[in-house]
Amino acid sequence: MRDVAVIGIGITKFGELWERSFRDIGIEAGIKAIGDSGISGADIDALYIGNMSAGAFVNQEHVASLIADYVGLAQTSHVPATRIEAAGASGAVAFREAFLSIASGMHDIVVVGGAEKMTDIGDELANSVQAMAIDQEWETVFGATYASLHAMMARAHMERYGTTREQLAMVSVINHRHGALNPDAQFRREINIDTVLRSGMVADPLRVFDMCPLSDGAATVVLASADIAEKFTDKPVKIKGIGQASDTISLHDRRDITTMDATVYAAKRAYDMAGIKPEDVDFAEVYDSSTISEIMAIEDLGFFDKGKGGKAAEDEKIALGGEIPVNTSGGLKSRGHPVGATGVAQIVEIVKQLRGEADKRQVEGAKIGLAHAIGGTGGTAVVSILEAMR
Amino acid sequence: MNMPRFWREISGRYNLIGSRCGNCGEYFFPKRDICPKCHRKSMGKMESVKFSGTGKVISYSIVHDPHPAYSDMRPYVMAIIELDEGPKLTSQIVDCEPEDVHTGMRVKATFRKLAEDGKEGVIFYGYKFKPE
Ligand SMILES: [Zn+2]
Repeated sequence: MRDVAVIGIGITKFGELWERSFRDIGIEAGIKAIGDSGISGADIDALYIGNMSAGAFVNQEHVASLIADYVGLAQTSHVPATRIEAAGASGAVAFREAFLSIASGMHDIVVVGGAEKMTDIGDELANSVQAMAIDQEWETVFGATYASLHAMMARAHMERYGTTREQLAMVSVINHRHGALNPDAQFRREINIDTVLRSGMVADPLRVFDMCPLSDGAATVVLASADIAEKFTDKPVKIKGIGQASDTISLHDRRDITTMDATVYAAKRAYDMAGIKPEDVDFAEVYDSSTISEIMAIEDLGFFDKGKGGKAAEDEKIALGGEIPVNTSGGLKSRGHPVGATGVAQIVEIVKQLRGEADKRQVEGAKIGLAHAIGGTGGTAVVSILEAMR
Repeated sequence: MNMPRFWREISGRYNLIGSRCGNCGEYFFPKRDICPKCHRKSMGKMESVKFSGTGKVISYSIVHDPHPAYSDMRPYVMAIIELDEGPKLTSQIVDCEPEDVHTGMRVKATFRKLAEDGKEGVIFYGYKFKPE
């Protein structure tokens, strides 16, 4: 298997981008990444697009063809273009598929995009579309919402480990603090614990500020076989390990709702491949679709013992300047969560940090970064470990 | 959700019919055609079973911001319930105040209206749970 490197990154502003279409943002991120990488269109062997539900959000399917066309790769080089759907892990699974296509020797240079345009339809409908990632027949029909399933995880975690309401709120506070430093983030305003605790109740015990927003946005990365990466960039970032895992689609069928086994298995595969341990990771982008999902992630990834994630948030061990900065981009909560784009946006942030280009949110001495994405409530997980090649 | 789609799952939603693996004896709800533990050995050996409908609350949430078809019930309690035979499911808890629900609470199944589709006026029925 060949080594693979990230040689280019591009991202749009995230938020409610009412003046911009799905096509506009997908193409903007693609062109930025291709520009950043130093490749030309003729060098590209394949295109992978992570997208959850363009059909429901903007009435457009066949989006890999659409984006290949408008980034100029359809009529001349006729590259294979493939769309990947894995709910919130769509971008991350697309990234892994692109990695595999180069590692296998099939391709040399591959572009991976992620895009979602969620705000063209009303909030109510957009929430219903997002909730299609949970089991429609055995969860949704009975009245379960995406937030209520997270709330059940939160309550179980609080009752079993003593995680407090304030500790959950701290996750949101820290992510907003980080997001305020990210020019591309959806929300660039610092908040405090009271902001979270006084926000509207969504699904007890979780409130509006515990949950990630609806967002528009796109992100793209360019991958190349590591042996040719330095022809295109002087700051290649190696994909040191990558793992993907599945679990039951319904939350109720899980062995334990205070841990995501898909994360545990994906992480083990990624750590084994990279030949490192959790303590070797300098910083991470994890999937904070809710405050409890970030707490579970930092435990399941091995950064903190099970049940100690809430305390780690309270002690700001996951803030910039802490033991292991998490979600320096602002995470899903503050940077925003255009579902299909998130997995790729996380890689963009990791690469910025490893190149030393993260500006005011730069992690000092960042050498190894980890990205973690989830589909649904944990039916899919992808963990990627990246390291600067020099 | 349209009528035929709902109708196809009525045996599970009305009568709590699930499966039992004839190879290892494990129970499943809803029905499964293959046992995740026995794989090939369970092929052709999955039997239909009706669950007793009693169990306990594993975790729960009080929903204040539901999907539109459930708006007239809010706030309502969603829970994960472990049936006495072992499988777990997601359901509402009714016939008690939300603040009286607690983890570990004993509950039993009851047949209720689940939702009303505003556009077509179709009413869907199925199980909810109430204190035992
Ligand atoms: Zn079996």
